[in-house]
Amino acid sequence: MRNDAARMARFVRRKRVNQAALALAFAAMLFGMFWLAWILWETLRLGFESLSLALLTQDTPPPNEPPGVGGLANAIRGSLVMVALATLIGAPIGILSGVYLAEYNPRGALAVTIRFVNDLLLSAPSIIIGLFVYTAMVVRMRAFSGWAGAVALSLIVIPVVVRTTENMLALIPSGLREAAYALGAPKWKVIVGITLAAARAGIVTGVLLAVARISGETAPLLFTALNNQFWTDGLSGPTANLPVTILQFAMSPYENWQRLAWGGVFLITLIVLGLNVLARILSRGASS
Amino acid sequence: MTARIGILTPGAAARDEPDASPFPVKLSVRDLSFYYGKYRALNNIRLDIPAKRVTAFIGPSGCGKSTLLRTFNRMFELYPEQRAEGRVLLDGEDLLSSRQDVALIRARVGMVFQKPTPFPMSIFDNVAFGVKLFEALSRVDMEERVEWALKKAALWDEVKDKLQQSGASLSGGQQQRLCIARGIAIRPEILLLDEPCSALDPISTARIEELITEFKADYTLVIVTHNMQQAARVSDYTAYMYLGDLVEFGETEQMFLKPARRETEDYITGRFG
Repeated sequence: MRNDAARMARFVRRKRVNQAALALAFAAMLFGMFWLAWILWETLRLGFESLSLALLTQDTPPPNEPPGVGGLANAIRGSLVMVALATLIGAPIGILSGVYLAEYNPRGALAVTIRFVNDLLLSAPSIIIGLFVYTAMVVRMRAFSGWAGAVALSLIVIPVVVRTTENMLALIPSGLREAAYALGAPKWKVIVGITLAAARAGIVTGVLLAVARISGETAPLLFTALNNQFWTDGLSGPTANLPVTILQFAMSPYENWQRLAWGGVFLITLIVLGLNVLARILSRGASS
Repeated sequence: MTARIGILTPGAAARDEPDASPFPVKLSVRDLSFYYGKYRALNNIRLDIPAKRVTAFIGPSGCGKSTLLRTFNRMFELYPEQRAEGRVLLDGEDLLSSRQDVALIRARVGMVFQKPTPFPMSIFDNVAFGVKLFEALSRVDMEERVEWALKKAALWDEVKDKLQQSGASLSGGQQQRLCIARGIAIRPEILLLDEPCSALDPISTARIEELITEFKADYTLVIVTHNMQQAARVSDYTAYMYLGDLVEFGETEQMFLKPARRETEDYITGRFG
């Protein structure tokens, strides 16, 4: 009987500890969600006010115009082109490197080194990447350019895609590879036809998350693409883009610019949210 | 290890026989040793595998039966630390020789694995994948070949209306038959089966065993199994392995009714400790 009482006491205590831990976890979740919801709410509220067709069709206005004049068309165009180009440069390099790490000699000295350097790149502050491209490209070419901006962004895409590609390929059971080899398939065919196909949803998710990440990056563009008040067709000169425009406009004393900055914030939030939702849907499709 | 080799002479049963086998030989294993790094997993195996018959490899876990099977299509070469020494002769030609192209060997020696492994593509493409590697068939010919393979694997009636669906949508037993169809679609001469039923329910198992029996007419089959009854049911010849040695090899009936060696009898009757 005494034993039973002791057991009961332990059981009650265990239950209490469980409840306390649950309460703490719940409180932490609420605390985090509170700020996240507030950020989203402010973005939506202030950004929604400045939403108009002009935001998408007109270029950035000069300072001190009355509210409602001008839009972000040149910045949107610059951001879209640079992000697309950075993805086109970064995703293939990242996927091919990930394939090397996962499929070719994953435990070799070269792979270990690459993995280490990739982790460094992954956690490198983006302003350092901006400064690197500044010295490597902008100084040599004697011009800020959209090309330099795209290269800087691609340097952020690469490590993210390398990591996800390698992880996704590592999840493919070795039995699947063996089954393909057992049919006499050469290695490249096994990788292209079987393992990459099996990991496709996960890899696409990784690329989408990388796109979401760079669409809001400001620091790498500050020293590379800089900014431009006007519409440009190429990428050879300073190129307007959303993050730097937001930075410049939000810090300004002009009400019109501040409103446009909120409009830009709204757009980026919407894009990042959309990309994340898409990535979620894709990765769910992969697991089932 | 060394003490045991003294008791169980490597490949004793096969070695005592003259080189001329009582049956037509498809695959001859000669002085085959296998290493995982420094660990020796097979000791001087000597064995003749009869053509167009079912040969079963039995023995406790870790005895080397899967290892032996995986030398027949050089599957072990995927792993750099694994190494085979000796010869495996397919119709008299050494498979392990570096002059032999591994892809061509695997086209002649198909393999079905323990777990069903449908490729991430449609049922049709699963079967066509291997065929496309070696033959440039027209669409009609390819459709015919896929149908032929699926019929051979007794899967056609269940999938003929959904050939474009993902192979992963099938049940476990159907997936395994899909893997068998995929394996025979490239028209191999030998089919290796590595515990093909251990992940399946009894009904699926019975269907696969039927297939194995039917396939004898066209193929040489080698099956690794943990299931003694299965070995007795489907195989014509049985090899009992223990700790990397081939202990006994002979006709299945004789092996199960009157094994020549005590170790074999102990294992078959379940007295093995």
